[in-house]
Amino acid sequence: MADTGVVETFLQRIEKVDGGADSQEVAASLGVDHQVIVGAVKSLQTLGDVISAELRSSKHWELTEEGTEIAEQGSHEARVFNSIPLEGLPQAELMKLSFGKIGFSKAMSNKWIRVDKSHDGGPRIFRTVESIHDQVREKLLLAKRGDAARLDEKEKNELKKRKLLAEVTVKSYWITKGNSFSTTVTKQETELTPEMIASGSWKEKKFKPYNFEAMGVAPDCGHLHPLMKVRTQFRQIFLEMGFSEMPTNNFIESSFWNFDSLFQPQQHPARDQHDTFFLSDPSLAHHFPMDYLERVKKVHSEGGYGSQGYKYDWKMEEAQKNILRTHTTAVSARMLYKLAQQEKFTPVKYFSIDRVFRNETLDATHLAEFHQIEGVVADYGLTLGDLMGVLHQFFTKLGITKLRFKPAYNPYTEPSMEVFSYHEGLKKWVEVGNSGVFRPEMLLPMGLPEDVSVIAWGLSLERPTMIKYGINNIRELVGHKVNLQMVYDSPICRLDS
Amino acid sequence: MPTVGVKRDFLFKALGRTYTDEEFDELCFEFGLELDEITSEREIISKEQGDSKASEASDVILYKIDVPANRYDLLCLEGLVRGLQVFKNKLEAPRYRRLSPDSGESQRLIITKETAAVRPHAVAAVLRNITFTQERYDSFIELQEKLHQNICRKRSLVAIGTHDLDTISGPFTYTAKAPGDICFRPLNQTKEYTATQLMSLYKTDSHLRHYLPIIEDKPVYPVIYDSNGIVLSMPPIINGGDHSKISLKTKNVFIECTATDLTKAKIVLDMIVTMFSEYCAQPFTVEQAEVVYPDGKTCIYPELAYRKEKLSGEFINKKVGIRESTERIAQLLTRMCLLSQPTGVGDEIEVEPPTRPDVIHACDIMEDAAIAYGFNNITRTTPHTYTVANQFPLNKLTELLRQDLAAAGFTEALNFALCSQEDIADKLGKKISETRAIHISNPKTAEFQVARTTLLPGLLKTIAANRKMPLPLKLFEISDVVLKDESKDVGARNSRRFCAIYYNKTPGFEVIHGLLDRTMQLLEVKAARGEGYHIQAADADSTFFPGRCAEIFVRGTSVGRLGVLHPDVIGRFELTMPCSALEMDLEPFL
Repeated sequence: MADTGVVETFLQRIEKVDGGADSQEVAASLGVDHQVIVGAVKSLQTLGDVISAELRSSKHWELTEEGTEIAEQGSHEARVFNSIPLEGLPQAELMKLSFGKIGFSKAMSNKWIRVDKSHDGGPRIFRTVESIHDQVREKLLLAKRGDAARLDEKEKNELKKRKLLAEVTVKSYWITKGNSFSTTVTKQETELTPEMIASGSWKEKKFKPYNFEAMGVAPDCGHLHPLMKVRTQFRQIFLEMGFSEMPTNNFIESSFWNFDSLFQPQQHPARDQHDTFFLSDPSLAHHFPMDYLERVKKVHSEGGYGSQGYKYDWKMEEAQKNILRTHTTAVSARMLYKLAQQEKFTPVKYFSIDRVFRNETLDATHLAEFHQIEGVVADYGLTLGDLMGVLHQFFTKLGITKLRFKPAYNPYTEPSMEVFSYHEGLKKWVEVGNSGVFRPEMLLPMGLPEDVSVIAWGLSLERPTMIKYGINNIRELVGHKVNLQMVYDSPICRLDS
Repeated sequence: MPTVGVKRDFLFKALGRTYTDEEFDELCFEFGLELDEITSEREIISKEQGDSKASEASDVILYKIDVPANRYDLLCLEGLVRGLQVFKNKLEAPRYRRLSPDSGESQRLIITKETAAVRPHAVAAVLRNITFTQERYDSFIELQEKLHQNICRKRSLVAIGTHDLDTISGPFTYTAKAPGDICFRPLNQTKEYTATQLMSLYKTDSHLRHYLPIIEDKPVYPVIYDSNGIVLSMPPIINGGDHSKISLKTKNVFIECTATDLTKAKIVLDMIVTMFSEYCAQPFTVEQAEVVYPDGKTCIYPELAYRKEKLSGEFINKKVGIRESTERIAQLLTRMCLLSQPTGVGDEIEVEPPTRPDVIHACDIMEDAAIAYGFNNITRTTPHTYTVANQFPLNKLTELLRQDLAAAGFTEALNFALCSQEDIADKLGKKISETRAIHISNPKTAEFQVARTTLLPGLLKTIAANRKMPLPLKLFEISDVVLKDESKDVGARNSRRFCAIYYNKTPGFEVIHGLLDRTMQLLEVKAARGEGYHIQAADADSTFFPGRCAEIFVRGTSVGRLGVLHPDVIGRFELTMPCSALEMDLEPFL
């Protein structure tokens, strides 16, 4: 707070003027430094609308200290001229004068004086003209009177060069009365205190306004991982649609449940070392429902259930091989087999979201493990149109309404459809998932009724998450190289907005 | 998914019209293909080897088309054009016929019993009076390569040999001999080699070396001779000398396929002859060949089996969700090269799928009807399946707990289930044998040697990767670890764990301990010995600082540990600050 005395004097001055006053002038008239007035203005501004102050700046020419001396006493060269009597002056004497050295050379070049170097008693200086005209002083006097505008640019620059004249910028405030103008000021409180509440003194006090431009203090909190936030939303969507969650907490799966039960032949490329992680310990699975396994073997090697089969030599050793599951459909197969063992078939809707593993080449969008989202519906008489309808409902909940379907191939579904959605940003159709109707060769050996159809679809959790949160490198999202700042900063997840 | 490259203008000429790129892309989409890339030879070479090498190359526009993995009949220009023309009703699907030769004497391929030890099956056929052009010849070679890479599983299941029949003389013998006893001048070579020599010669051949392991360790190698003892081929590696190589002048082609899988060999032979019989003097006819088995049995190939499948129009309507007449469904199927007609008995349709080995069940036919109808013309319906949703209890618990752990000020991390042995053992001061970890047999790098048995290393690595973040760092993860478990069918099981870590200038054991107390409060377990939870000093644990490790007991059973980490452990994870951690099982709280 500026000195209250100055502030009040200042306010009284403002009260008297109509239309407003310049702070420089006020300072001059009150005989105080301009900075004092500036301080008063700033402290009054924090009190609300007492005054309004508009910052102005102007440029003008001002004499330097040396320039002021010259304006008063004449230029150095003029003073040199004036100090030389008619009989001349020894150069050594002249040089003793404060202005001697500078004035001498300038007076020489003006040809006002001459030096007689051969004079008895050392060099002596004589006037060469009778009178002189001290233009420098005249110009400086003009500038001092505020008439610098009458000097031309060349002249001003010449004086500036000689450090006699300087251009200065003057900042001042144009001050007018504010809406709550008053000549008295009260001290403002910064915060409401318990005492003020208890005593009621807050009613009389004025409070310093808050700076709403500043950021608040970040809360001390924990954060959920963005991929898991998206997982929560997908779970929610499935639950809203009446789908029950499958127990997918078994990363290790036998080739039998991962491939054979899905009617995926044993020579299929997906069963290659290049695509799948096999286990060396425990390398083989040992317990299978043997009658079901026999039916699976038969449908692969000989056919049946209306199928030609693949007609190859199905090997138990191949089915026993333990792997890290390549899809959660292995769990769907176990669930459908379990369903088929019920005394009476009941329709089901299942979903899961969990990790799957591929021994693939890694890049910016592919890791050796990712989360697969899967939905399955088993009921009597489901059609391909039903699958499309369910997909439409599912994707609508993700905010995706424009869908189309492309015929595709998958060993365990027929028909198989790739799901494409129209991407408004990219202006093209992009693949968003895979879907299909499980083959009879998969379902009938399990023991499901012949007129039961099972429709299913799948997609990855990572891809929609990367799109949602604008992440280009999957390693910034999943795994230990995660960018924690990104985790801290990620917004809540609403997939449909 | 195999990709077939075809010259665009050549394709359009064969299709009898031109398309814009967008129009052709649409056609592909509808038919279940994907126009993957529009490029040229010059562009490909320029991308792979730089512009300087590309200047000479052709700038004829190429379409790279992705074909579904089971559609072997679309792996060459001929097949693609035939499929699309029939689909667009511009062509009737041809009927392929197997003919006896005019002479009455079929070519014979005699299989000897020695092949049983290495590659027991063979099939053969002849394309008679064929006319090759450069384009057709290139496509013929390309199709064999595509088949080799896909259905033939890199020649391991089936290997194809094609020969100029006029330069060789039957009957042919398919036998197997010790590698030292096979001696011939192979394709593209100037002198004779024994099979043993060839195998070492091809060790450095960028193309052929991939096929050597198929027979390398076998006592005998397969070989086909003609009646003059000249080697036709040593499958699945190389054909005999240049004399029988197919050229533009070749009129008669002898095709043999040797195999470990007879079904696939028959499919491969059917594919080649159906695709290229188009260029025979009598289009779409194939001259049969006899294959004589060691037991004296004779089979005639190619099979070109016109299997008849009968199904009802209602079946298709019900499965697809459409209402079309029997006649219209038969028309739809015919457009997919499945010659179909109503039998007149009710809504029965008879379907004959010849070049479509992917059609093995009525559901495959149903899919084709749906494709011809247009997937996107099918009305989208809502199934009336009524179900009540249930969450998996373990996941429900996880979801609820995660929320409250974040509310307790800890940030969720998400780490890989796979890691190195070092991460779960050495770095934590443990032996890998103590961990009950499952081991991966074919990891490409050390990052995928085992499945994690603890969540702790992942959290430590997360901190190491985020050292620039302001302290303290408070992280948690709830995920599955994998442990060997002989009581399970696969010998292993997942275990749901909760792990939390506090990293700061002081160890902050009290912070981690406080989080344990809060977690127990959330799980409704009171602090009490016996019925509640308590912690007590744990036996020496090399992961933790001596005297700073406690075991967590819930209702008398140990569920995990917490403590201040050992400075050696902190150092091995490239960290510099003290750190305390907690890891426990969640399944006991279900």
